[in-house]
Amino acid sequence: MEKLFTLWVYLETTPLLGLVATLLAWQAASAIALRMGGAALANPMLISVCILAGLLLATGTPYSAYFQGAQYVHFLLGPATVALALPMYANLSRIRRSAGAILPALLAGSLVASLSAMLIARLLGAPRVVVLSLAPKSVTTPIAMGIAEQIGGQPSLAAVFVLLTGLSAIVLIGPAMRMAGVVDMRAQGLAAGMAGHGLATARMLLVSETAGAFGGLAIGLNGIITAVLVPLLATLLR
Amino acid sequence: MLNALTLLMCCQFAGEVIARGASLPLPGPVLGLLVLLAYLVVRGSAPNPDLAITSGWLLRYFGLLFVPAGVGVITQLDILGDNWLPLLVAIPVSTFLGLVTTGWVMQRLARQE
Repeated sequence: MEKLFTLWVYLETTPLLGLVATLLAWQAASAIALRMGGAALANPMLISVCILAGLLLATGTPYSAYFQGAQYVHFLLGPATVALALPMYANLSRIRRSAGAILPALLAGSLVASLSAMLIARLLGAPRVVVLSLAPKSVTTPIAMGIAEQIGGQPSLAAVFVLLTGLSAIVLIGPAMRMAGVVDMRAQGLAAGMAGHGLATARMLLVSETAGAFGGLAIGLNGIITAVLVPLLATLLR
Repeated sequence: MLNALTLLMCCQFAGEVIARGASLPLPGPVLGLLVLLAYLVVRGSAPNPDLAITSGWLLRYFGLLFVPAGVGVITQLDILGDNWLPLLVAIPVSTFLGLVTTGWVMQRLARQE
């Protein structure tokens, strides 16, 4: 027993534990998601987070100790974001042809998503720091954290909201597109990237490469639009 | 695989340098995406298979890459617990409205193919 404890103490100090735990949780979550079939909430990412968060809380392991290993997985988010250039390149001529529609669609969506999130949270009594951290929730994590900090929100809280938003988008995109009568894959992809950043875009990429390309475009452009728009909204809602 | 990873990370690095250098409010990877896109456009031919395969592999596991940040939720449990109702309403409703708005406007304005 004591030996086991010393082993645990040793493992806790190496990055290997957090890394292996993340990969194993993902494998388990993928198997569970597969077994649950097409249910929208049977998302491997959501299940992995639940497993790992539960484990950390149960063992009293601090997040920083876990992240020591998990940062190697986290780091790959950067190259993966860069890789979104490939589906975009493959669809470049289609993107060029609909350039005039892309900007208004993103601007309108970004405004509606940020403003409605802030207004609803404020009406339901959320404190100001929560309201402000919600504003950039549709954009990709690093941009959202930067914007939240700039306007007086809390970056780590914004990161959690970004994730919950991405999951919501995965669950809601089917019903939303049906209700709005949107069948155009370019429009579906753009909506996914605008409202649900890389998480929803990766999901759309499984359905159609065109949707993935427009999603990748929306992630980048919406990042710029939101970085300009949200500080303005924040001053308006004072 | 290694060539492609090197290229992807060089693009990210270039994006990071541009972002810091010009103090743009954009993260390096998003600018890196534009750098890689520009490189592909200038080269003009189809991307080499190595790059296509490696990128496809990274994109297939995008969800996994979000897991470490997601587990960070345990550092925010108090504030989430105190505000569960506003968040439970605000996040899905605003996401739904954003999806409908962008999808609808885009389909309306984009010319048929």
